[in-house]
Amino acid sequence: MMRPVLYALSFLAVIALGFWAYRENYATQAALREVSDLQNEIATLRDALATQRAEWAYLNRPARLRELATLNFDRLGLLPMEPQQFGDATQVSMPPPPVAEDLFINNPQDVMGMLDISTITPADPEGEAVP
Amino acid sequence: MTRTPLRPLARILDARAKGENPELIERENLRQRHDAMREKARGQAQFRLTLLAACFFSAFSLIGVRMGMLAGTEAVEPRNASAGIEIQAGRADIVDVKGRILATNMMTHALYVQTRDLIDPPRVAAELAAIFPELDADTLLRRFTDGRSFLWVRKVLSPEQMQLVHEIGDPGLLFGPREMRLYPNGTLAAHVLGGASFGNEGVDSAEVIGTAGIEKFMDDRLRDPAQSGQPLQLSLDLTVQATVEEVLATGISMMNAKGGAAILMDVNTGEIVSLAALPTFDPNDRPNNPTSGDPSDSPLFNRAVQGIYELGSTFKIFAVAQAMELGLVNPESMVDANAPMYWGKHKIDEFEGHNYGPLLSVSDVIAKSSNVGTAHIALMIGGERQQAFLKTMGLFDPAPLELVEAKGAKPLRPAKWPEIVTITASYGHGMSGSPMNLASAYATIANGGIKVTPTLLHRTAPMMGERVMREEVALASVAMLRRVVTDGTASLGDVPGYAVGGKTGTANKVKRGGGYYEDKVVNTFASVFPANDPKYVLVVTLDEPVETSGPKPRRTAGWTAVPVAAEIIRRTAPLLGMRPQVEAASLDGLTAVNN
Repeated sequence: MMRPVLYALSFLAVIALGFWAYRENYATQAALREVSDLQNEIATLRDALATQRAEWAYLNRPARLRELATLNFDRLGLLPMEPQQFGDATQVSMPPPPVAEDLFINNPQDVMGMLDISTITPADPEGEAVP
Repeated sequence: MTRTPLRPLARILDARAKGENPELIERENLRQRHDAMREKARGQAQFRLTLLAACFFSAFSLIGVRMGMLAGTEAVEPRNASAGIEIQAGRADIVDVKGRILATNMMTHALYVQTRDLIDPPRVAAELAAIFPELDADTLLRRFTDGRSFLWVRKVLSPEQMQLVHEIGDPGLLFGPREMRLYPNGTLAAHVLGGASFGNEGVDSAEVIGTAGIEKFMDDRLRDPAQSGQPLQLSLDLTVQATVEEVLATGISMMNAKGGAAILMDVNTGEIVSLAALPTFDPNDRPNNPTSGDPSDSPLFNRAVQGIYELGSTFKIFAVAQAMELGLVNPESMVDANAPMYWGKHKIDEFEGHNYGPLLSVSDVIAKSSNVGTAHIALMIGGERQQAFLKTMGLFDPAPLELVEAKGAKPLRPAKWPEIVTITASYGHGMSGSPMNLASAYATIANGGIKVTPTLLHRTAPMMGERVMREEVALASVAMLRRVVTDGTASLGDVPGYAVGGKTGTANKVKRGGGYYEDKVVNTFASVFPANDPKYVLVVTLDEPVETSGPKPRRTAGWTAVPVAAEIIRRTAPLLGMRPQVEAASLDGLTAVNN
């Protein structure tokens, strides 16, 4: 009674496994093809990168930069670096401290609540100390 | 299994009744039993042998089939192995200390001809000659038709030229890929880089080999496939090198010189920040080695390393430093400087017949560059000790630099060392060295007396050298060099904020046949800056300079090499990140030896 069922089941299993193996085989081959395509692409890109690096170095060669700086002097005003160009931090004209406009009270609001007087610094340090 | 009894009772009784021997029955049964046992054992043995044979057969056939498969199938590379990023074919790049490219590779193509496949040789020859002006149509045609089957036409093609060749459209014209060495900065640092060319050539690739300079010296490292991903890092700084070359070229043209050299070296590590030699060449299109004439007239000649010149008064500091090291003098000691001085039949004179004597302090001997004073100091030291000291300073051996040219540039010195040589060598006459030798010797003094070995490669580890002189002696020597600039022969060398110290040297050029030229000199300025804490050594050498702004031509280093060196320092020191400093009122290193 059980035997024919078992035979049928194992036959189906063999077919399923065969189908799976077939698909895996083609999937592997496709993956390998993709890898070799990618490797070709990497090699091409690497070559291109090397070429671009060479070109970058060629375009940035000091002789050319010097010529360009001379040609564009009226626009850029670039000069060779000289010792007197070193400065001190104190020589830099710093922007004036920002004037905080919202510190001035020009539209008073009604505020209610507790005021912790000990945390407030006096507006005029010379003035009376706040107890 | 049922065991048959050997003496079945029924048969025995029957036999006894018949009067037969019952023993026979027993024997008969015993025989039958033994037969059965033997049959069984044989069956077992047969089975084992067959099993063993089957095992061997399947094992051997498995191996055989596998071998057959390996032999019968074509070899394929494993396709799923991925190449690492570091694996790259070709020659390693050369970069400067900040990683900017000095030499790299570029893919181009070589053009070759398979003459059997050419369809119309005369037309191809004519069109190739039109594309490449250096080719001649008749010569090409003769080569196409003289029976050879293969012919190189050009080693490298630009993409535009390649397209033009494609447009000829003849199947006999073929391209082979080529990796070409490219120096994007043109003539910059040409003497260091040297050049490269093709070695063995095949259709698919060609070997790139270094022909000179560091390309040849480091050829094995640059070609090593395991290290081709890592660029070779030099100690040169591209910006500084460009500036030094620019200033030196201007200086050479202003001083009407034939050529010049400049070496800028870090005194603590021995790294060469800039090495310039002019006239120069383009390593992308390296000229051929000169076959005739003076090799120093060729642009390939590296004056900084190969130029063996008498370095003149720049040597005086070595005599003074050694005398201080030996405790013979201190900077304040007075020495005899009464000129002219007579030694045997030789007369030792000062520049332009001056007399700084009768007595001069050691510090003034250097500041005023007194030959007679130095001669007396050298006589105190003596020839033996002088030679030993100059040797430890590396002035007798070729500079150990990573350039193929360096090994051949051995300093010249007299075979014998009589006292007159002791005298002349003390002020740099009668023996010669390269500017490179001089730079490393000055770096040793500037490095507090610890020997400095020059290198063109970026040093990652600190340099360990032997101590050549005491630190106080080195400090006092640098202070004396500073005095040369503040109140001596190199007053034009002062750069505000950088406390330059140095020593001038002027030597007449040696004639080929012997003797000296009257009006051909080599001017050298060896300098150290900043003198209060030496960081760099700069040696500038000008070949046959003459300064013509005054009423009569001036050929001393103070008027030629010194202003060039000063301009180099003024321009490069900011690039090296050195901020000008307000100098202390006086350098008190002069008294350091006393206490």
